[in-house]
Amino acid sequence: MKERIEQIVNSAKERINKIEDLQELQELKVRLLGKKSELSDLLKGLGTVAKEERPKIGSLVNEARQELEEKIGTAEKKLKEKVMNQKLEKEKIDITAPSTKITRGSKHPINRVIEEIQDIFVSMGYDVVDGPELETDEFCFERLNLPKGHPARDMQDSFYITDEYLLRTQTSSVQARTMLGNENKTPIRMICIGKTYRKEDDATHSHQFNQVEGLVVDYKEKNISLADLKGTLEVFMKKMLGENTELRFRPSYFPFTEPSYEVDVTCFKCGGKGCSLCKKTGWIELLGSGMVHPKVLEMNGYDPERYSGFAFGTGIDRLAMFKYGITDMRYLYTNDVRFLKQFDRKDNNF
Amino acid sequence: MILSRNFLKDYIDIDESIDITTLAEDMTKVGNEYDLASELIPATNLVIGKVIECVNHPDSDHLHCCKVDIGTEVLNIVCGAPNVREGIKVIVALVGAELPGGIVIKKGIIRGQESNGMICALYEIGIDKKFLSEEDKNGIHILDDKAPIGESPAKYMKLDDSIIDFELTANRGDLLSILGMAYEVGAIYNKKVRLPDLSHNEFGEDLNNSFSVKVNTDNCTLFIARKALNVTIKESPDFIRNRLIACGIRPINNVVDISNYVMLECGQPLHFYDADKLENVIEVRMANKGEILTTLDGNKRVLEETDIVISDGKRAIGLAGVMGGLDTEIVGTTKNVLIESAIFNNVKIRKTSNKILRSEASNRFEKGLDPARAYMAMERAVKLLEEYADAQIQTGKVVYDVTNKEYKEIDITVDDINSLLGTNITNDETIDVFRRLDFETSVKDNIITVKIPTRRLDISIKEDLIEEVGRIYGVNNIKGKLPVTPIKIGSVDKTDIEIRNKMISLGLNETLSYILIGDKDVHKFTSDEFEELKLLAPMTEEKNVLRYSLINSLYKIFEYNKAHYIKDVSIFEIGKGFWKKGDIYGEDKKLCCLMTGEYYLGIDTKKNVDFYVIKGVVEEVLDYLGYENRYSFVIPKNTISEFHPGQVAEINVNGDIVGVIGRIHPEISKDSVYVFEINLNKLLSKKVSKMKFKDISVYPTVNKDIAFTIDKNVTADEISKVIKKAGGNLLVNYKLFDIYTNQILGNKKSVAYSLTFGSNNKTLTDEEINPIIEKIIESLQKAFNAELRK
Repeated sequence: MKERIEQIVNSAKERINKIEDLQELQELKVRLLGKKSELSDLLKGLGTVAKEERPKIGSLVNEARQELEEKIGTAEKKLKEKVMNQKLEKEKIDITAPSTKITRGSKHPINRVIEEIQDIFVSMGYDVVDGPELETDEFCFERLNLPKGHPARDMQDSFYITDEYLLRTQTSSVQARTMLGNENKTPIRMICIGKTYRKEDDATHSHQFNQVEGLVVDYKEKNISLADLKGTLEVFMKKMLGENTELRFRPSYFPFTEPSYEVDVTCFKCGGKGCSLCKKTGWIELLGSGMVHPKVLEMNGYDPERYSGFAFGTGIDRLAMFKYGITDMRYLYTNDVRFLKQFDRKDNNF
Repeated sequence: MILSRNFLKDYIDIDESIDITTLAEDMTKVGNEYDLASELIPATNLVIGKVIECVNHPDSDHLHCCKVDIGTEVLNIVCGAPNVREGIKVIVALVGAELPGGIVIKKGIIRGQESNGMICALYEIGIDKKFLSEEDKNGIHILDDKAPIGESPAKYMKLDDSIIDFELTANRGDLLSILGMAYEVGAIYNKKVRLPDLSHNEFGEDLNNSFSVKVNTDNCTLFIARKALNVTIKESPDFIRNRLIACGIRPINNVVDISNYVMLECGQPLHFYDADKLENVIEVRMANKGEILTTLDGNKRVLEETDIVISDGKRAIGLAGVMGGLDTEIVGTTKNVLIESAIFNNVKIRKTSNKILRSEASNRFEKGLDPARAYMAMERAVKLLEEYADAQIQTGKVVYDVTNKEYKEIDITVDDINSLLGTNITNDETIDVFRRLDFETSVKDNIITVKIPTRRLDISIKEDLIEEVGRIYGVNNIKGKLPVTPIKIGSVDKTDIEIRNKMISLGLNETLSYILIGDKDVHKFTSDEFEELKLLAPMTEEKNVLRYSLINSLYKIFEYNKAHYIKDVSIFEIGKGFWKKGDIYGEDKKLCCLMTGEYYLGIDTKKNVDFYVIKGVVEEVLDYLGYENRYSFVIPKNTISEFHPGQVAEINVNGDIVGVIGRIHPEISKDSVYVFEINLNKLLSKKVSKMKFKDISVYPTVNKDIAFTIDKNVTADEISKVIKKAGGNLLVNYKLFDIYTNQILGNKKSVAYSLTFGSNNKTLTDEEINPIIEKIIESLQKAFNAELRK
């Protein structure tokens, strides 16, 4: 009997070894271990065996079953692996081949810079406020200490619609609106960013351009001073143009501030060495600023005896041109799709 | 204002070691920006030479071969000037010389002849042609016989000057004079200003006995008249001519030059009349409307009531502060000169000069003048006329003067200064700054009282003085810090940015366009009624009105790109549109989008843009902003002729029209161009509920498709409404996924919907769903005669 079992096991092993296909292996498993298998038959025939021999043979048969089950299990695992490997091999691709593109849109460089400036000032506690582009002479000039006939109005040749209405020449108009609109005359810390218009069109001037305006007004005891203005603009410019940027304040004249300063920054092209962009001076004139003129405070409802503050403004177009190395201002307003599509990724910081 | 260093040196000592660029930079630091600082003759390596031989070039009909003695050697130079000849002394640019315009002189062979230098014309070494005689305009400059060979020609011609061209601020009229500049330079370098020599002799009877001045307008506050008799008209001395040239004014003759010279010196414009052509009275008045004056440029001017005129009692003889009359002009035969030194209303002068001519004189009147200087300029003018025009100065001056004689005095403390500047400047430092500026001060109980010189019209309040202290102390010596204020969070509305980012995520490119367009376009792409806003004085007719619809701008951008062979254009912009309705002026923020050509709908799916693509963009934006299920697309009541009549809709949110969408009319563009525009002010005024979590059903949903034929003209919107109503709560979603028509269907179309049913409480069975479907079909039958397709 024992020989018979060994014979069955050996012949089964041989058959298992030869099998190459999972399906066949399943079928063989049924034939070898199923109810109708030879081993099952042996157990069924135990009745014909001597009583004392029965347990021994029974356990021999079970051992044989176990051995075969293991053998089949191993074979099955091997075959599955083989099948998987074949499948993987078949699915192998050229990972260097072109991807299926998803189109990205693009954000205009001017608006990129505007968003960046907003973030800088909001993080310093400034409110971002908005104002009309179609402005009145009152807010654009008169409430900023520029009465009719003032020679400084010449600096800004304006687009008038009527004697009273014009396209704002400067975002400074929002200074007057903000002060006048703040009924409780609480301290102000605001910026306004937007389009401005002046009657000039040449290689370096567009009749439509963008400005940011900042205004800080606080109680006199807070001593808002020129030093604070300098510090604020230093933070702003270094953040926009890089930590190595230096600022140079030059006394100047704006009717709405006194004292007034023009602010130069280290030339962004040559880093201050002197080049064609900065006319060999190493400086680029970028901002106008100053301490809010007492008359402006007064005209807009802030008692100059109780309040003081500073204001500043700068053009955004030139910042954008510098930041992205745009060589000709006209690109900004031509809207050539080949230009626009270049601004389609996250900005990196300086 | 151009500053001549030689001119300046008459009134203040400047260390010779300070070069012109340093002087310009130091002036810049105190607030006086400049455009250019350079030598008056910005050419190097020039010497005086003598032409010792001049023969015609063998291979040219106009060139000459010259031998030029420059003292140390004799150079061969080929020269093309018509006036070169043997024996003359000339300006020679040596090899290596740099001339204006970046020209560098090199050794060369010109048509076979050696040439080691260049004989120069004045305009070649930097003197503008407008200052030159006819001969000098057409050829080389010939120096006189006394010119020393080998020396510097600039020095010999007294043109060894250097200049700074300042761009002054509008408030500093005082700097439109060499004297004003001297005070400024003196404050920087701590030097004292010398005043000009005014000494002169006077002759004869007092002018007041024979001449009078009447002022009949508030617009003249000062008028001084004097007479210089028996003048000799001739060329001015070199120093006057050269200084005028350095300052950009063309020399004419000694008398005219002196009036300009004194204006440069003192900042006060003068006017000289030929006294023999006048009556014995001057009257200053406003012009009569329609009055005519021929000005000295020969133009007949029709005057207005806002022009100030000078008259001799009979007729207008000059437009005050702007231009004199032709028939009282100084000419070669003039013998007696009436000199006017006056102050007129700056606003009136500005208005007149804007109309007629902006000149050196009108510029000074506009900025405001110092009465003290008007007196000084008169005395200086007669001094120079006596010296350089052989004039006899008649005794006395006729004066009308209603100017304010009181000095402005301003009290200030160092605390005022330090709190505004953020500095620690001391009392002594402050007083020293004022001393440098030549401002008188007195101190009492820490209060500094500053007497403001009449020349400084720009100083009227304490803050002006603080500015003075700041700029002389040096702004760049002030250390920056940040304001000490309570921490607060800045507020910002990021809706625009969110919309912009949404559009970009849809693959659209953001543009930035001009708001000014042509008036022929302003009412296009809209049926809204409004008055257009036209510029009073546009730059061009293409940009003479403010846009209402941004579609105009975006369509222009499409055209530009098409012209540059870019067919696929998907662009958008957030910008403003402007209008007037009755007395109200307004502006609205709008979102505009234009799409044409191919559009990428995501991963690898390219599609030609059609109405439904751009409609998808609108819906995506509206859904994103929280308006889902609150909008519809409605056929417009009024035709908008720029749109395809069958592919246009108004975008309706909660019953209000907020925008328009459609295809541009094929007559306007052969390409399929689609646009939409949404008035964001209108849209965003509609409140949106908070984003809020809804329970997720644990039970599966069931999908059923139905297809039916229906009349062609029934819209998807109409069908959807019926389905939604009939479907009730358990119909959680429905989607149109197929529409088709063919000949067999005739006037009908086949429409297929996918319906999704679900419940939060249980898994729905067919027994529950089927009756709903039947109800939907019944409703469709009832409403539209729809037939179920099986």
